This record gives sequence, C-alpha cells and structure tokens, in this order.
Amino acid sequence: MNDYLLEASYFAASILFIMGLKALCSPVSARRGMLYAELGMLLAIVGTLLKNEIVSYEWIIVGIMLGSLIGGLLARLMPMTAMPQLVAISHAFGALAATLVGVVKFEEHVATNIDSWLMTVLGIEVLFGSLTITGSLIAFIKLQELITGAPITYRFQNIINLILFIGALGLFGFLLVNPATSVVFYLMLGAGLLIGVLLVLPIGGADMPVVLALLNSYAGLASAATGFAINNDVLIIAGALNAASGFFLAMIMSKAMNRSFTNVLFGAVGAKPGELHAQAQAKTVTRYTPEDVEFLLSSAQSVIIIPGYGMAVAQAQHPVQELGDLLMHQGIKVRYAIHPVAGRMPGHMNVLLAEANVSYDLLFEPDQINDEFSETDVVLVIGANDVINPAARYKKDSPLYGMPILDADKAHSVVILKRSLGSGFAGEDNELFYAKNTLMVFGDAKTTLNSLVQLLKHKEMALARK
Amino acid sequence: MNLQLFEMIYILALAGFLGFEVIRRVPPLLHTPLMSATNAISGISLVGSLVAAGSNKGTLSTVLGFIAVTSATINVVGGFLVTDRMLKMFKRKEEKPQ
Repeated sequence: MNDYLLEASYFAASILFIMGLKALCSPVSARRGMLYAELGMLLAIVGTLLKNEIVSYEWIIVGIMLGSLIGGLLARLMPMTAMPQLVAISHAFGALAATLVGVVKFEEHVATNIDSWLMTVLGIEVLFGSLTITGSLIAFIKLQELITGAPITYRFQNIINLILFIGALGLFGFLLVNPATSVVFYLMLGAGLLIGVLLVLPIGGADMPVVLALLNSYAGLASAATGFAINNDVLIIAGALNAASGFFLAMIMSKAMNRSFTNVLFGAVGAKPGELHAQAQAKTVTRYTPEDVEFLLSSAQSVIIIPGYGMAVAQAQHPVQELGDLLMHQGIKVRYAIHPVAGRMPGHMNVLLAEANVSYDLLFEPDQINDEFSETDVVLVIGANDVINPAARYKKDSPLYGMPILDADKAHSVVILKRSLGSGFAGEDNELFYAKNTLMVFGDAKTTLNSLVQLLKHKEMALARK
Repeated sequence: MNLQLFEMIYILALAGFLGFEVIRRVPPLLHTPLMSATNAISGISLVGSLVAAGSNKGTLSTVLGFIAVTSATINVVGGFLVTDRMLKMFKRKEEKPQ
C-alpha cells in the first residue's frame, strides 16, 4: 500500500511541476504557479520519506535544515544584479547532489554486480553531473569577477579539450564492458570535473546567457539520469523539464546573438580573439553633459530607454526608473526596449527593472518596438553597445553581422551613456557614437542619471512655482 | 533492452516534449524566473539523496548522502525563494499618468 501512496505522491508532484511552469506564461499567474511547484516538491519529499528503505532520519533532518539555511540566506542576500551568479552556484549544488547519488549507487552495486544498462545511466549521470559542478562553479567565479570575466585561452586549447573529451568517452566505454572497475569510474568522474572547468574558462562574460542556459540543461539531464539509475519517474520528468527549458533558452540566446546552434551545443561559444580594437582612433565624438540631455528630453514627446549590462554594473536601475517616471509626469511617452541578450542571463534586464518598480507593460522586445524607433524623439541608451550597433545590419566582416539589433539609430536623437569610448564585448567599433544626431555622455551611468533626475526635478519645481 | 528501461525513455521523451511546449509560451519577460524555477525543480535529486542518506547502507553512503541532501536542499530552497522574490517585483502600471 505504501508503494501506491509513494507513486501517487510522485505522480501528483509531476503534474504540479508542469502546472507550475505553465503558470509562468503570464506575470499574473506566475506566483501562484510557483506555489504549485513548491507543493509538488513537498509532496515528492514527504512521499520519499515514507519509503521503507529509509530507516534513519538524523542526517536527513540535519541536511535539510543546513541546506534550507544556506539556500535561504543566498536567496535573501544576493542582490538582483547578482542573479546570474546565484543561478550558477545553485546549479553547482544541484549537480553535486546528482553526482553524489550516482557515486553512492555505484558503490552500492560495485561489490555485487552492475549490469551494463545501470552503468550506462550512472555514467551519463556522473559525467553530466561532474561537468555541471565545475562548469557552474567557474561560471560563478567569473560572474562574481573573482577572476577575469574575459575569455581565458591558451595554446592547443581545442586539441586538449578534444583529447580530454574522447578520453572521458573512452573511460565510459571501458566501464560499459567492465562495469565494476572503481578506478576507471573515478577517473571518469575526474575527467568530467576537468571538462567542466575547461569548457567554461574560455567563455567571455557576454556569452554567459548561453552558457548558463546550457548548464541548466545539463543539470536537468543529470537529474533525469539519476531518475533512470534509481528507477524514479518524478526525477525523470523534472529532469526532462529542466533540460528542455535550458535547451530552449540556449536556442533563443544563440539566435539573438546570431550564433549557430551547433556552436552552442558543443559549447563552442566565446569571443574570437584578435579582432579587438584599433578602429576608433581617427574619428572624434562630441561629449555632452547631463544639461544638454535634460534639454533634449524635456522637449521630446516620446522616449525609448535601452538598458544594457552597463546599467546592471552601475546598479543604475533605480535612477532609470525615477527618470522614466519624471518624464511620464511631464506627459512624455516612455517605453523600455529590451534585447534578449542584454545582461548576463536571459531576461536579466526585465528583473532589474522590475526590482526598480518599472511596470512590466512598459517593457518591449525588439520585434514589438523596432518599428517605432523612427517615430521616437529620443533614445536613451544606458550601458548597452553591441545590441544597438548598426554594423550588424550590413558589415559582413563584423562579428556582429546578422545579429538582430534594436534600431536605435533610426530615432531622431540618440543619447548614449557610457563609461568610456571602449567598444563592447564584440570588440566592434560603433558608428552610432560618431553620428550627428548622437549625444555621448561619458561617466558612471548612475551618477549621470542622478544628475539628470535632479535637473528634471528642479525644472518641475520651477514650473510649479509659476 | 528491458521493458522498464523502455518505459523510462518513453516518459523522458514525453516529458521533454511537453516541457518544451509549455516553456515555449513563457514570454522573454519571465525568462530569468523560468530559469531559476526550473533550477529549483532540478533539485528534485533531493529525492535520491534522501534514500542515500537514510537507508543505513554504510558510512560512505550516509556521508555522501548527507552532503547530497544538503546541497540539493540549497538548490531547492534557494531556487524557489529567489524565484518568488523576483516574481513579487513584477508589477503592472496601476494608472496611466497624464
């Protein structure tokens, strides 16, 4: 009877997970959906705890309490700008759990007998699990800027990776024939850990959205393989959902950056070195001040704001919101245009703006808003670069060529807030900076925006006094 | 190939397709919450970890199981809490300003 109860709890959990994800189709139902998913998780856990196999609970209780404490603290304390890091470190923990379950399962059966299909799933579980652990940790370290976010490359990188990859597969193949060889099993685990490191080290910060989505997918595959190993359907279903979501997001992100999907699948993302620099010298830009911008904005009828990673770095989402609100107060139409790869994970900008209380019906995707730029008076670009580079449209030798961009250059005036004249991640100079209708304002985005907000407020007060 | 394995592949494929169809409808606006939600759900390996930690099959299983339970719980609790924290922030404009 207990078995039926357990299966029923897993069945209900699976349905609840799917309902939970379905509710994410709209911000209105999303929170309720997460409640379903949480309930599903609770059911699966309680069901499992009632299992006959489980005889002692001390370590389980301590583990759950410790994990809840750490997880709770992480979720509370991490700022929204650090969301990509949090997701990365969370992947690492999930993958660690899946890998350890694989190891335990292997150790349990190594003395008696491992048939080759159990070995197949254990191998997949441990390989995907281990490379997700280290891959996510490296992603975390890079995103947190504990080491440089730029691509780290060295000689013979591809060859070394290929050898390692084939080596790991060779070890896996050996295990399929001789499943009970502990040494080879742990060598394979080690190879997986190493692959994770080498896979993510060469990837630059701007490519992180794809990598995070891929790691998401791998973590799901590891969970699903765990389900195969311990013969558990809810693990397979939850793992498949996770893998599908990661795969889907990786696909969208690679499309938004105009990279081929095969590139992404094999993790071959990263900036091509050697293409940086040296184009910007001869041209001149004119520097403008916040006063100039304030004048321009006040006389506008419609404004589109384009936030980029620079806004996240400067933590400038709050002054952006304040500025937007002030402009709307003056009767100016304000909208936000958000490119899919702005930021370090899919949808990161949306979350940052939401944090600053920008209502989500003001946020638009490129497809929805690109036609409107030509009728817009001022476009305000905050720390974005590649996503507005017109070279993507026509310059065939540009690394950006073919990438869908926001048509900021079609607006009557373009204001670009930037720290310096440096090029974006793609290393491609941006002709928009030198255009006649472009105003470049250099400096920290937050400082500039704050002075803009002050100027607008003064003006409003002056008007009110009259 | 045994029948059980076939059945599991069946479930994997169906869940994968269903997941893909459901997730395809999630607007880009919610892609970050989607990622952290599926991340939390992948902490379902907790279920396997519980068995490893609690079935008294030797010290190694218990120790590794304990570590697995702890890290899977971090994944689940952290993932769901932060997803909720994000979703709470998404607000619609209450009134159109003049």
